[in-house]
Amino acid sequence: MARIVETATGEVERVDVDPVTLDLIENGLRNARYEMDEVLFRTALSPGIREQHDEFPLIGDPSGKMVVGQFGLSIPDFLDGFDDTVEEGDVLLTSDPYACGAAISHANDWLVVMPVFHEGRVVGWASMFGHMSDVGGKTPSSMPTDARTIYEEGVVIPPFKLYRAGVPNEDALRTILNQVRMPDWNRADLNGLVAACRTAGRRVVEMCERFGTATYLSALDALLQRNHDAMKVLLQTVFEEGRTLSFTDYICDDGVGNGPYELKLSLTRTGEKVHLDFTGSSPQAAGPINYYINENLTRMFFGIYMITVADPQILWNDGFYPLVDVTIPDGSYWKPAHPAALNGRNHGIGRVFDLFGGLLGQTNPALLNAAGFSSSPHFMYSGHYSSGERTGEWFQLYSIGFGGIPGRPLGDGPDGHSLWPSFVNIPCEYLESYYPLRIERWETVPDTGGAGLHRGGNGVDVAYVFEEPGEIAIHDDRWLTYPWGVNGGQPGARGRKWIDRADGTREVLPSKCHGVPVRPGDVLHFVTWGGGGWGDPLERDPELVSREVRRGLVTQEGARRYGVVVCDGGEVDGEATETLRDQLRADRPAELPVFDPGPPIEELLARCEEETGLPAPKRPVWTAG
Amino acid sequence: MSYRLGVDVGGTFTDVLLVDEDSGATWRAKTASTPADQAVGVLHGIERVCAEAGIGLTEVAQVLHGTTVATNAILEGKGATVGLVTTRGFRQVLQIARSFVPGGLAGWIIWPKPEPLADLENTVEVDERIASDGGVVRPLDEDDVRRQLGRLAGRGIQALAVSLINSFADPAHERRVAEIAAEVLPGVPVSLSSDVLPELREYERTLTTVANGYVQPQVARYVQHLSEGLRQGGVTGDLSILRSDGGLSAAGAAVAAPVTMLLSGPAGGVTGAVWVAEQCGYRDLITFDMGGTSTDVALVRDLAPRIGRETKVGDLTVRASSVDVRTVGAGGGSIAHVPELTRALRVGPQSAGADPGPAAYGKGGTEPTVTDADVVLGYLPSALAGGEITLDAEAARAAVSKVAEAMGLESPEAAAAGIVDIVNENMLGGLRLVSVQQGFDPRDFALVAFGGAGPLHANALGRLTGAWPVIVPPSPGVLCALGDATTSLRDESARTVLRRFGQLTGAELAQVLRELADEAGARLAGQGLAREEQAVGFQVDVRYHGQGFEIPVQVDPSWLDAGDPLAELGKAFDAEHDRLFSFLLDVDHELVNARATVTGPRPDVAPVHLEQGDGDPSAALVTEHPVHVGGEQVTARVYDRARLRAGDVVTGPAIVTEMDSTTLVLPGHAAAVHRSGSLLINPVQEG
Repeated sequence: MARIVETATGEVERVDVDPVTLDLIENGLRNARYEMDEVLFRTALSPGIREQHDEFPLIGDPSGKMVVGQFGLSIPDFLDGFDDTVEEGDVLLTSDPYACGAAISHANDWLVVMPVFHEGRVVGWASMFGHMSDVGGKTPSSMPTDARTIYEEGVVIPPFKLYRAGVPNEDALRTILNQVRMPDWNRADLNGLVAACRTAGRRVVEMCERFGTATYLSALDALLQRNHDAMKVLLQTVFEEGRTLSFTDYICDDGVGNGPYELKLSLTRTGEKVHLDFTGSSPQAAGPINYYINENLTRMFFGIYMITVADPQILWNDGFYPLVDVTIPDGSYWKPAHPAALNGRNHGIGRVFDLFGGLLGQTNPALLNAAGFSSSPHFMYSGHYSSGERTGEWFQLYSIGFGGIPGRPLGDGPDGHSLWPSFVNIPCEYLESYYPLRIERWETVPDTGGAGLHRGGNGVDVAYVFEEPGEIAIHDDRWLTYPWGVNGGQPGARGRKWIDRADGTREVLPSKCHGVPVRPGDVLHFVTWGGGGWGDPLERDPELVSREVRRGLVTQEGARRYGVVVCDGGEVDGEATETLRDQLRADRPAELPVFDPGPPIEELLARCEEETGLPAPKRPVWTAG
Repeated sequence: MSYRLGVDVGGTFTDVLLVDEDSGATWRAKTASTPADQAVGVLHGIERVCAEAGIGLTEVAQVLHGTTVATNAILEGKGATVGLVTTRGFRQVLQIARSFVPGGLAGWIIWPKPEPLADLENTVEVDERIASDGGVVRPLDEDDVRRQLGRLAGRGIQALAVSLINSFADPAHERRVAEIAAEVLPGVPVSLSSDVLPELREYERTLTTVANGYVQPQVARYVQHLSEGLRQGGVTGDLSILRSDGGLSAAGAAVAAPVTMLLSGPAGGVTGAVWVAEQCGYRDLITFDMGGTSTDVALVRDLAPRIGRETKVGDLTVRASSVDVRTVGAGGGSIAHVPELTRALRVGPQSAGADPGPAAYGKGGTEPTVTDADVVLGYLPSALAGGEITLDAEAARAAVSKVAEAMGLESPEAAAAGIVDIVNENMLGGLRLVSVQQGFDPRDFALVAFGGAGPLHANALGRLTGAWPVIVPPSPGVLCALGDATTSLRDESARTVLRRFGQLTGAELAQVLRELADEAGARLAGQGLAREEQAVGFQVDVRYHGQGFEIPVQVDPSWLDAGDPLAELGKAFDAEHDRLFSFLLDVDHELVNARATVTGPRPDVAPVHLEQGDGDPSAALVTEHPVHVGGEQVTARVYDRARLRAGDVVTGPAIVTEMDSTTLVLPGHAAAVHRSGSLLINPVQEG
């Protein structure tokens, strides 16, 4: 338990805050939070943060409750596990999910937490974590797909004072950076995280000076209360008392031959409170896909989904947390026992999008999207230059793939995009300038988006031609289960990866692998999955379907899934379309299912090898004790 | 005798400013804009101003013009049908759009993705490949090029954009495609990415090239039409267009690279503000241009506007140098609303636009806007725009009352004060973007306010930022025309040179920069600016090796001749990095882009001088009017700006009106009338 050292005495009185001042402070906090992003993006060196913006900021109230941010980091959990003092000028750092109640969820994420002092007392917290592209361990980028313990996943930093009263602990930092492959990256990114937190701290102090500390702190309470009150109303309107909703989705495999993992989430409202329950989910995985989820993070995700549509400008915060109870079974996929491996939890985090969509959409049509590109698949390539002026120099690439946004109530899902905020791809020309590779194709794959009144976005095919011998690693998913469609929409296509070797042979790659050797001239196709479709595809405007055929986003054959017959010239054959649509309507049930996940799991497993070229994984079971 | 003409075409008025180049004397004319054919209004204004000066149209040597034609083409989605040629495998570069989804977590649920500027139906791929070092991986298959371009024939393509992978390293393939296009698609203008933006990053380069093609036909038509109109009307002087970076470009050059003039309009305001501030004796300023739907802010140091590398228009962000104008999506027409669920007061981003406009305009609007709040508070007394629009105070009150009810406030005045405070706070966010977030303290700057609503909100923003004085130039339209007339010819050349300092010598850097200066200088010489009149500036984008963002650094030309230019550059970069982010890294520096900017001499324009007064503004007093400030009702004096004299001091609370703008002076502040015609608002010293 952290002991906060404050030189000021006495409590700050709470005062009334007029509604406009409240909105001014809300706005100021929002600006400060975006400024944190800006500082980090512009200074980071590692590709994960610099190009893909894999980072999350937070500003908290004096007790650590988040008042602005988008990823409830749970500072209180962090402080609970921190056995030291906290005083002005301290900056705390950790990368150990098991030591901070899963405020972060794998050792690649470095979490900086900083108290904000004004006139001798804590007036808030600034915190930010970012994904370090390498933290040591047995594979480049520190995400071995066969890890069974966290000890294989690189340096794991316990919570400690990176700065003690403003003085940096250089020895500790040197020790940490000695464990990683690209220390310059980590040092720059860490500097950026600290600079961003200090920026937020300055903004908070400025607001205390401008409005008065009492007003500022009272406003934070009111902002928390605002979320609380809004959520209370929403919960009453959206969820029926006592009715339990459930939804299940899957992670296809764990990298060491087990899967699919069932992710089950249930929700019941009782009175003013809602209970979110992960009971019924699979046990923890042997491989590194476990997603150790924090209770507050679950609340956060839930809240964001609920409020996004109602008041998009609201400042997310922890205020509604008391309205949400969360149960996460010990030893489950969501709460594995130490020292379970965690590095590949990106699929689990992403799948939470689908899980909440499927759960909340059942009573909230504006949230009922199909399944989307619910992950951030990784691609890594590393080695030493074997020729030219760089001979012997180490290169290490880490990048994230993008795929189909699902069909949405609003309209079609964009092709080849990201569900994660602020993520962007690394340009081809950037990759070719800095790494020994060339990209032969970077386009979305027609028909991979699920058919629907609103089409799911297409997945992407990126074809990498390697120019130096090295090794590649992949973290991907949705190769076995389908991104489901909704309201009559069809599932999107699954992801695939293969290498066309320079010698003409083709090698299918599993969705999670590392240490795969590559030689110059080998071509890797990294094909991501599409988004599910939304609504009845037979209702889609035939002219739009034919236009998409001409645009190369849907094929002539694929148009038939919409019951649309497109001539070779790219125009609609109206008569044939009508006939085909009548026939398709006659051949299907009158009532279309709300969810279309494709064939049942048993069937997917039975046909796995034949359809994917990969052996079927072994289904995980809970063992007694 | 020779004369220059500055012309600004606004939505309502066209302002024309005539300058006698020898004496510096000026004449002004304001005429109604003619949206159907802007040239009519322009010519009308020119005739009037020449008549006033007693000169013939033939004596006008130069017509200098800032225009929003390109901006509007993009905002209204009415640009050309653009065909796009890419390298095989990359036809969807605009469709994928770097995979970016704006907004926060779950933002994808509510994001409507804009359609690409070049339709995939009009996009073709050609067989060829250049490597990142400029080597040829696969030669251009010319038969394939003919075949692919042939597919575009008959599709109504009005402009062609060519953007091949790594063309920044070698433009040969793109140039050959252009030659073949001239045969296969005769008469279609071609934009090459290696000309428009020879820089690394295929999406940004492609988008910028397509945007160039998208606005090109309209800009060409407009410029041609205006030139002809001017000629037929008897004006024989040259026409120049204001670029987004605040420099001028001969009309022909502007038509070739219209993407460089997307922000021509706002740039005119900024250059005008610079001139006005200089007349008042201020060299560091922040501009604050608050219009109906949005507000533009920009920072100027030592009379030089900061130039950014991006141009944003609506949803579109292209890589083209422009005055670093940041836009806040809020203005006088922004609508206030109170979401039922959270009961928070939100202002914007929805806007009442020009039609129906604020409720106070009496054109059927019922939503409460910022302007309505200003009316309720008494800040906008009777009439806007010289009496053309009479304000309906009751309608404004009714609209704002809806906010009061939804928030449970006791009066419409309280709600109106809230709306004004919130919108000012949004503006403050914009001002912080260009100041504190770039490491500048706004208290070191003057705030120059213009635009329809700027002078009304400027005093409050001076108070929020501490930027004093607040300078309110006379007549916003004239300000832009002034900007057009007081800036100079400008052009730049840029190139990506991706090299760590360790792999580069100072001599190589100097050579690259001098080549770029030669290119740009030759183009300006072609526009009639003699080499000996040209001033050259150098800028490079530098970062620590491995960073994703560059910082632009000015290169002092003296570094190139003596000592170690790279060491000087490294020091300058470190200083800038430290100022922005307060830390340095022990990592090699990397050069990314090099640029040379060539400008002509700034014309000499003499300021007007108001008649000297005795400090007492009573002669200009029109009436008194109740206003609400800080929860209290006080009586403000209303002055007619045209009757104020130099040295007069207007003490707040006061309202100063003129034909197309209204200035509010808050209690505790005073506006001094500068002899150049600007109002300088400062807090009144206590005691």
